[in-house]
Amino acid sequence: MTVRTQAGSQAADTEQADEVIEARSYLRDGHSLRSWLLTTDHKRIALLYLIAITGFFVVGAIAAALIRLDLLTPAPDLLSNEGYNRAFSIHGIVMVWFFLIPSIPSTLGNFLIPLMIGARDLAFPRLNLLSWYIYIVSGVIVLFVVIGGGVDTGWTFYTPLSSMYANGMVVATVAAVFVSGFSTILTGLNFIVTIHTLRAPGMTWGRLPLFVWSHYAVSIIFVLATPVLALTLILLAAERLFGIGVFDPALGGDPLLFQHLFWFYSHPAVYIMVLPAMGVISELVTAAARKRIFGYWFVALASLAIAVIGFMVWGHHMFVSGQSIYASAVFSFLSIAVAVPSAIKVYNWTATLYKADISIDAPLLFAMDFIGLFVAGGLTGLMLAMLAIDVHVHDTYFVVAHFHYIMVGGTVTAFFGALHFWWPKITGRMYNETLGRIAAVVILVGFNLTFFPQFLLGYEGMPRRYHVYPPEFQALNVISSTGAALLAVGYLMPAVYLLWSLRRGPRAGPNPWGATGLEWTTSSPPPTHNFTEQPVVEHGPYEYPLAHPASRGDA
Amino acid sequence: MSLPAFFWPPEASAHAREVDLLIGSFGAMVWLLTLPVFILMAAFAIRYRRGREVNREHSGDGNVWLEASWSIIPFLLTIGFFVWATSLFLEIRRVPEGATPIHVVAKQWMWKYEHPEGAREINDLHVPVDTPVVLVMSSEDVIHSLYVPALRIKQDVLPGRYTHLSFVAERAGTYPLRCAEFCGTDHSVMGGRLVVMRREDYARWLASARDGGRETMAQRGAALFRSAGCAACHASRRADLAPPLAGIYGRTVRLADGSSATVDEQYLRDAIVDPNRQIAAGYRPIMPTYAHALAARDIDALVAWLREGGQP
Amino acid sequence: MPDATSPELSPLHEPFHTRARQREADRLGMLVFLASEAMLFGGLFAAALMLRLLDPAAYAAASGRLSLWLGTLNTAVLLTSSALAALAVTAARHGRPRAAVAMLAGTMALGALFLAIKGYEWSSEAREGLLPVLAPAHFTSRFEQLFMNLYLLATGLHALHVTGGLVLLATAAFKRRTHEDTEAVLIGNAALYWHLVDVIWIFLYPTLYLARVNA
Repeated sequence: MTVRTQAGSQAADTEQADEVIEARSYLRDGHSLRSWLLTTDHKRIALLYLIAITGFFVVGAIAAALIRLDLLTPAPDLLSNEGYNRAFSIHGIVMVWFFLIPSIPSTLGNFLIPLMIGARDLAFPRLNLLSWYIYIVSGVIVLFVVIGGGVDTGWTFYTPLSSMYANGMVVATVAAVFVSGFSTILTGLNFIVTIHTLRAPGMTWGRLPLFVWSHYAVSIIFVLATPVLALTLILLAAERLFGIGVFDPALGGDPLLFQHLFWFYSHPAVYIMVLPAMGVISELVTAAARKRIFGYWFVALASLAIAVIGFMVWGHHMFVSGQSIYASAVFSFLSIAVAVPSAIKVYNWTATLYKADISIDAPLLFAMDFIGLFVAGGLTGLMLAMLAIDVHVHDTYFVVAHFHYIMVGGTVTAFFGALHFWWPKITGRMYNETLGRIAAVVILVGFNLTFFPQFLLGYEGMPRRYHVYPPEFQALNVISSTGAALLAVGYLMPAVYLLWSLRRGPRAGPNPWGATGLEWTTSSPPPTHNFTEQPVVEHGPYEYPLAHPASRGDA
Repeated sequence: MSLPAFFWPPEASAHAREVDLLIGSFGAMVWLLTLPVFILMAAFAIRYRRGREVNREHSGDGNVWLEASWSIIPFLLTIGFFVWATSLFLEIRRVPEGATPIHVVAKQWMWKYEHPEGAREINDLHVPVDTPVVLVMSSEDVIHSLYVPALRIKQDVLPGRYTHLSFVAERAGTYPLRCAEFCGTDHSVMGGRLVVMRREDYARWLASARDGGRETMAQRGAALFRSAGCAACHASRRADLAPPLAGIYGRTVRLADGSSATVDEQYLRDAIVDPNRQIAAGYRPIMPTYAHALAARDIDALVAWLREGGQP
Repeated sequence: MPDATSPELSPLHEPFHTRARQREADRLGMLVFLASEAMLFGGLFAAALMLRLLDPAAYAAASGRLSLWLGTLNTAVLLTSSALAALAVTAARHGRPRAAVAMLAGTMALGALFLAIKGYEWSSEAREGLLPVLAPAHFTSRFEQLFMNLYLLATGLHALHVTGGLVLLATAAFKRRTHEDTEAVLIGNAALYWHLVDVIWIFLYPTLYLARVNA
């Protein structure tokens, strides 16, 4: 988009001093611990989140490593049955609530939304900091749980197992998740108000980058779905502590009530995890292609459609639970409907590449990884939506493979792609492009090796959450565990070369990719208040070719 | 249709074959819709890469007809499969007439079965081939799920409620039977085998399992009706104490609050365990609960007896 | 850059450039927050509905054990307090801060009265053996125990929010600058929150107390 700024960057008068101070990178604006821990700068808060979620990713990954190591053999030779159950429970709980849900929105959303709309910060900067502290408190509780031995309920906490029979620190875990919910609700609130009230002059809804649209849709889910989880966890804790009876058939309650309440939140939660990733992909594809997105309004409104329809499909987790067959049929139908807007996005991304001007860098490779893996995950999701198929593969490794394709193959891949793409903006340094491309390929291969065999295992009848398994399943399990090792290498590579670039990477200019977007009109890294002058927007997003593209070695 | 055992469990029923056909053909359609995406993505990335001299005119950034068609056509195709899958689902959820009811009680971490003829088993379940069977299941503790991959069916087993799983096994053999709903420490070893036997073999097995002379479930239920004290009211000379139970199974009863209910297994179980929830019209709420006096298999026996007519 | 006409009013905070925008943001923020609060109680109502459908007769019987007259009294108290809150906002907008504060005080007094009546109700239920906390309970049926647990949880959660609302109202009443704010931003948002707390009660009341009328 074209941006008209009010003054040139050369200033030879007394304002220069102010501008210089104003224009100092946000990274240099205060070095003390206090300046970081009491910051209200959305960019610094984003980095605080980034550090925290990386820590939780490591915790969840260690649990995953234990799982895949143990599953190399059918016998329970690494962990005890109880230990294994705790491992997969902690893996799910930490990965879902402490890594995946905050991953893109709280790091990249926080960093980029004000920049993309031309604002100086989010609408409620102090609330933003509070969100981070709430998240940290919940994280401390969950770490305390991990050290204290964890829980063996699975991340889904089904009753009456979790309310009446489980060992472990159920209430503490539930408390940690409950607290983390407030962080997400406040972040969503902040995003919604920001997008409504702080868009730069000329930035109409139709000129918003798709990354912003998808975060708007996600924020709606944050705000409306998370409170239902809060209530469900209150009821679960009350049941466990006081035996109130709401999930206990002996007292007139119903264990299925828990499932309905839990999945009413948890299905929209998976859209929380994937919508921001889709927003990232729209940005990566258009920037790599140097071309407008195909069907802007279709893609923008598809995000909203996914958010809305996503609230109506929760029963597809309960087809064999004892739920009414008519309700199941309705949920099956709606689950097919919710796939349509996702399909639209995938086709539109592909069409954007047609007659484009494509640079095959790491961000595009990550985006293509995403599209391939998300399509596989989404279509196996459609298979799961088919009632007769689901009866066979529900609660098997087929489901495990499906959701890992979406959440890891999808969201984590998009997260890495986003990290690469906006790395120069966030840090002011460029990473090694060759290593980036290699990492994208290693991740794709490692991922498929890990999770594709699990589709086969599931259809063959290996249930999920199985520590001991029949020996005929060993071959596929060994392939899967080997893939996991390769995937781990793929994830470690960026950790190494991205951090290395902080010291030794070449300094980045304001727009190394030659991309549109207001974030690319300010310096890398941006100054504390984002822009030296208030941007005014005159054209739509993705207005390629750029009048003055500043790209690196545009060969 | 026989496919490599590497990819599919054996198909032990017509339903299993149809599920394989369903996922196979749906998978094929899915490939048809996605292969173009993968191919085009790769092709575009190569053909239109930066620096290449190629025609980029009129690339277009939107086309409503294209959007509409690539949304609606795959959706309609998928709905076709939805109809197929849903009808298959409704088929297996309908309990066939005259199906042999085998009661299943799940607990951490074992399966207990009781055949109507009185034979009892643990973890391994014997059934006759080509015979409709309905498993009437309940749990003693948490939610479990009975899963037979060879039949492509599973059903969650709940505490306090009966759920049903019916099937016709068409191939004699031994197939894995597994718990598929996480139920605690030994979830992954809670299972056994489904042993499908030719009719003669099954009859022989049944006779030996009954140890010659063990009473049928219905007989045990009839005995319990007397020993647990039910007869005192339900077979009393005073007609106003409790409704008579002979032939009650399958009937519709009017309840005190004006609504009506069908007397099925769940109704009977609820009546024994929580009698004052649904009072029959014209009677007082004086029946005590037997929730703590009768074990799950005792309740199953009473239900079996009433299902077979409830004659003393 | 603050408005030239009103230099001393609610200070502009980052990142807003105009007071109008900031007001819009504050109002929208409160509305979004209220939506999330509504969803919280929505889950509770879903649970109550499911329980009612499971066993309507028992639900109605259990509901009959509650004190209809105390529940109705509390409803009247809360509705009146909401009316006063609305009047407070109007007064503030008409540049009558003293009247606004008086109305707010009235709102808070009635809110405190609501809590007092609720506390009395709980203690008498505990004495009757209906509340499973602190006092030993004597329920006439298992479902009644479940219902009373749900009742305690629901009204407890609501009372927590009433308390939060009182804190918010007090903040609005006593903060110096709100006395001068003719846009009544803080008072307006506090009143909005109070209205939601009231609306939630308006749904809780029939769900818990009026089910008895059935059968």
